[in-house]
Amino acid sequence: MQEADTKFLEDSFKKYYFEHFDLIRVPERTSEREFGYQKFNSGMTRHISIKDDKELHLLFMQNIPSDVYCSNAYYSFPNLQMNEKDWKGADLIFDIDAKDLNLSCRKNHTISICNECNDISKNSERCLKCNSTKLEKKSLPCKNCIDSSKREVSKLSEILINDLAIIPKNIHVYFSGNEGFHVYVYDSQFQQIGSRERSELVDYIMFHGTIPETFGMKKFKPNRSSFPDFNEKGWRGKFSKQVFGSKSNRSKIISELLTNGYSSFQKTLVDVSEKIGVKIDPNVTMDIHRIFRLPGSINSKSGLTKIFCRDLSKFDPYNEASFLSDNSVEVFANCPIEFKLKNKKFGPYTNEKITIPTFAAVYMICKKLATIA
Amino acid sequence: MLALGQDEIAKYPFLADAGQYLKDKGFTLEQFGTDPDLKQLIDKAFNRIQVAADGKIYKSDLIGDQVSKEAALPREVFSFLLAIVLLKLSGIHTLIKRFALAEARRAEKFLEKDLATISDESKKQLAIRVINDLFSVQVEKLDDYFVIPISDYLKHSINFHEREWKLINRHVENGRVFLTPHETVRLIRKELGTYINSKIINAKTPTMISGFEDSVNKLVLLSKKFITFTVTTGEYPPCIKHAIEVLEKGENLPHSGRFMLATFLLSKGQSVEQIAPLFKNAPDYNERVTLYQLNHLAGSSGSGTQYSCPSCQKLKTQNLCFATSECDNIINPLQFGKKRK
Repeated sequence: MQEADTKFLEDSFKKYYFEHFDLIRVPERTSEREFGYQKFNSGMTRHISIKDDKELHLLFMQNIPSDVYCSNAYYSFPNLQMNEKDWKGADLIFDIDAKDLNLSCRKNHTISICNECNDISKNSERCLKCNSTKLEKKSLPCKNCIDSSKREVSKLSEILINDLAIIPKNIHVYFSGNEGFHVYVYDSQFQQIGSRERSELVDYIMFHGTIPETFGMKKFKPNRSSFPDFNEKGWRGKFSKQVFGSKSNRSKIISELLTNGYSSFQKTLVDVSEKIGVKIDPNVTMDIHRIFRLPGSINSKSGLTKIFCRDLSKFDPYNEASFLSDNSVEVFANCPIEFKLKNKKFGPYTNEKITIPTFAAVYMICKKLATIA
Repeated sequence: MLALGQDEIAKYPFLADAGQYLKDKGFTLEQFGTDPDLKQLIDKAFNRIQVAADGKIYKSDLIGDQVSKEAALPREVFSFLLAIVLLKLSGIHTLIKRFALAEARRAEKFLEKDLATISDESKKQLAIRVINDLFSVQVEKLDDYFVIPISDYLKHSINFHEREWKLINRHVENGRVFLTPHETVRLIRKELGTYINSKIINAKTPTMISGFEDSVNKLVLLSKKFITFTVTTGEYPPCIKHAIEVLEKGENLPHSGRFMLATFLLSKGQSVEQIAPLFKNAPDYNERVTLYQLNHLAGSSGSGTQYSCPSCQKLKTQNLCFATSECDNIINPLQFGKKRK
């Protein structure tokens, strides 16, 4: 990133952190967490421990970080090296990202930036100018991306509450600041479980690793009696709603399943998994030493804030997560796709000099689609 | 410690304090070596180990009631305690492991029977307490099932490789897993084995006792048959081949895939310098970062931890597994192509 762009982003971020520090959510048991941050054009600094709000504020003001992270884990010594920290437990965390949902809209708003010649084009496999395959993909997520991510969050919450007995008030949902949502679970029976156990929870939530027997299909002498019912709890109930559709169809479909046999049933399970499994990023949930974007901090991939969603269904990130100023700024923009922020439409721009509000300029610069003029 | 009746000690002899038991019964180890009547108990103990070494479960006199209980119970306990003495004297860990596992499976049968009993509430309670106290699994009875918190379940179930033990294939409701008596006990088999194993390992090794030598020598002979040789084909498993292909095509391999590939090759003895060029085609390749990360994984920088290659199970979850029939139920990519001779 060029110096003028870095300077502009730093100034905008600093102003935000100065004016909106109240939006930063210092997690509970602050002094037991590990913090880390990145500065623009620089590597990660981590293994930091912080006592309270004041110290955190100081970190922001002194370093003007591009991104700030905080562990979901609790340690006795968060500032020591990994193997000396003394891990005590970790909140359950989930990352739901629109890019992992196989959405058909994605191709319409993904941009390819060539690493060799910096040419920008709409989604393609090779650079249209120099034919290189080293492309960096940037996406400007649309309403469908956000709505689909929300649906996954709702599916996840339902499982957390009904199957895993999590108390609803202990589930906190945040907009990630870019293309999805981060879900935290506090004070559950899962605080102390390790990475392998969490990987089992991941498979449960994603509907991975099922065997036909679980849903009533036996390998030898299969019969009708063990297939799930509509009112069953857990995945068997959800499976029957998805596969049978209605109660009146159940009998007929069971006959079909029995006729098609065991291996066909395995394929059915794969299809069902795609539809009813929750699409979370397994690596995030399995990682018990991760430092995860700090709630209230800005995501430097977009300039939007990772913000708490009080009412998920009504939440509009392009309105509610943009806190940067309206002051005008002049930029060279090369953004082949239209986007909307704070109820204003921007773009498309083809290599042109334009004057736009700071929040929109930051968004494009973060996406590498504009530079300060 | 649980207070145990004679009956329970015979079923779960590993719960007893061995030295104290002998003392209470008025015996010393030396007597077993010399007294012709007691000496047959050493043969019984040897037999108990031999059965375990063959991967079978020792058939207890308690089942079938061929002899009177008064005579059978102490003999059961003695043969267990003497078996431990023989194992300690032989010092062969493979045999100790096998013995511990077989004894665990034997105890498992009793635990299961006790859990399922309808008539004797105290037996059931003891079984529940053994599971609670030794393995911190909170078991509760609910109708025909035993229910345990999901977190407790997971701590044990992750040791199983069969898919039926995956949480997704379990009856889960309201934060708890529903299990049959058989499954409840099966869940702690490995830990039961580990528990018995550690009890044996931590027991004091006596000096050779006269009259025990023959059986100890026979154990040393017995252990010879466990020596095996393995050969490797040298071919990479499909997950690793796939990762290399992705990189060769210049496509993006996720971080978890790079981790797998690097740790795999490091474990196979390749150097950081040999591995680094593989990542050259990655869309975000940066030589400095790649070398830093590889050195970190190899343990030559940072905390010094050497990272190991993830298990097949973990790779499945990360969508990095492309198993073929050649994988032959291995549990880690590093085992691919290894054949026992």
